[in-house]
Amino acid sequence: MYEIRIHSRGGQGGVTAARLIAMAAFLDKKHATAAPFYGAERRGAPVVSFVRIDDHKIKIYSQIRSPDLIVVLDASIMEAVDLLHGMKPGGRVLINSPHPIDLPGADVITIDLTGIALSVDLVVAGSPILNTPVIGAIAKMGIITHESALAAIRDMFTDERNVKAALAAYEELKL
Amino acid sequence: MLTVATGNKAVAAAVKAAKPAVVAAYPITPQTEVVEQIAEYVTSGEMDARYIPVESEHSAMTACIGASITGVRSFTATSSHGLLYMHEMLHWAAGARLPIVMANINRSLGPGWNVWAEHTDAFSQRDTGWLQFFVGDVQEAYDTTLMAFRIAENNNILLPVMVNLDGFLLSHIMQSLETVEPGDYIPPLHLPHRIDPENPAGYGVLTGPTDHFRFRWEMERAMRNAPAVIRDAEEEFFRQFGRRYGPTEEYRCEDAEVVVVALGTLGKEAEVAVDILRDAGIKAGSMRIRWFRPFPDLDIGDRDLVVLDRGYSFGFGGVLSSEIRSKYPGASIYSVVAGLGGQEVTYDDIAGFVRDRRMGEEFWFGVDA
Repeated sequence: MYEIRIHSRGGQGGVTAARLIAMAAFLDKKHATAAPFYGAERRGAPVVSFVRIDDHKIKIYSQIRSPDLIVVLDASIMEAVDLLHGMKPGGRVLINSPHPIDLPGADVITIDLTGIALSVDLVVAGSPILNTPVIGAIAKMGIITHESALAAIRDMFTDERNVKAALAAYEELKL
Repeated sequence: MLTVATGNKAVAAAVKAAKPAVVAAYPITPQTEVVEQIAEYVTSGEMDARYIPVESEHSAMTACIGASITGVRSFTATSSHGLLYMHEMLHWAAGARLPIVMANINRSLGPGWNVWAEHTDAFSQRDTGWLQFFVGDVQEAYDTTLMAFRIAENNNILLPVMVNLDGFLLSHIMQSLETVEPGDYIPPLHLPHRIDPENPAGYGVLTGPTDHFRFRWEMERAMRNAPAVIRDAEEEFFRQFGRRYGPTEEYRCEDAEVVVVALGTLGKEAEVAVDILRDAGIKAGSMRIRWFRPFPDLDIGDRDLVVLDRGYSFGFGGVLSSEIRSKYPGASIYSVVAGLGGQEVTYDDIAGFVRDRRMGEEFWFGVDA
């Protein structure tokens, strides 16, 4: 089983990102579940979402304790949460940041998702949308296929800027 | 059609497929997505129903009662305080023998203010005369909602049905879902005592003790008919759509010496615990109870039962363990109170309950040592 924990702030689309990843995995003919953990639902508060992907039916409803991948949509959240808590040995961390970030004991990959969203004008109510570009990055990491990532995005959104942003992130991510 | 959906959206999709004439509801966390989605179906024309946005849950149930008594299919959804606000009208719906279907997204009751999963809301409506189901995944939420209409509307039943989903854990998780075209699986509703608005008549006049007593006996008789009707609905569902359900879902129970008994998602998580225990040489099984009213016959034998309770009767005990003890006085039960107010309960925790079980005792997870 491959387990992903996504950290974001309320309103940034972490829950939607989890659902997009699960849908893409489902399109890859795998079993997948996406579950948000809701605290008090308010914009700006730290939110955690979970994705599980497996070859077998998934019966687990509790939260992920040992993620294979930790995704951070808002780097400022690292001041508020114990980011690497429970991470599997050799686990990876994908952080939305224009600068490299070093976290001892973790394999960190950074990508400027905010910059990508702004570059394709993927902005709603003044905020860049991060949940579709991050899907491109996760596809590049090989967790879901490129085709399924785009299909999942098109299933949920009609605005093609989402696809453009995902493609840009796919191109830009250096492994 | 194979797709993905949350528990809430699966319920909405099943309701759309069942084609009710009236949906009346008031939004409440974590049920909101159910009624938002249905309202959207109605607005877009995908559903040919009258959606009545009401000012309270009490009114939601009375609107369903008013619609149902004219002989049309009706549906509502609620949660927690919303369900309790309906309480009086739940008795009315059952007493008037109206086949209303409701989804209840299980959530705790305040104070303190808490929006997470607990079964106290449904348990507190146990004696209203509603049939109650508890489901364990998104597909089962969809399938059971469809079955609920067929069961409620069967003329040997004519009682309302509540389908319970764990708040957030199931209402908000996204899983795969296969939708079906129910066709004649849900036959047209023929309510024998329907009121014709074109030819109005008076109802609800004073009913004396003799008749009242008979009405209540008729309700119980319908409940006693229910197991056969539900089994038929489940069997026919399997025949037409290929997915099999029963009063319980048993997992590795055949040779089990200890069985975890639970409702809803805890019963699914328990299956993972069973695999861990089996790998460690412990003969464990899991029995997830799907029907809560009518309460099913259980094949418990002389096995140890570790009963997980997400609801409690203060001054008495865990509700599910009390039900089992009441039906099977000789049962050997370790009663674990866990998951109240959305308390996190993992498969490792459940495996621990089984390993450390103290038969005949009660254990409050996170409080007792």
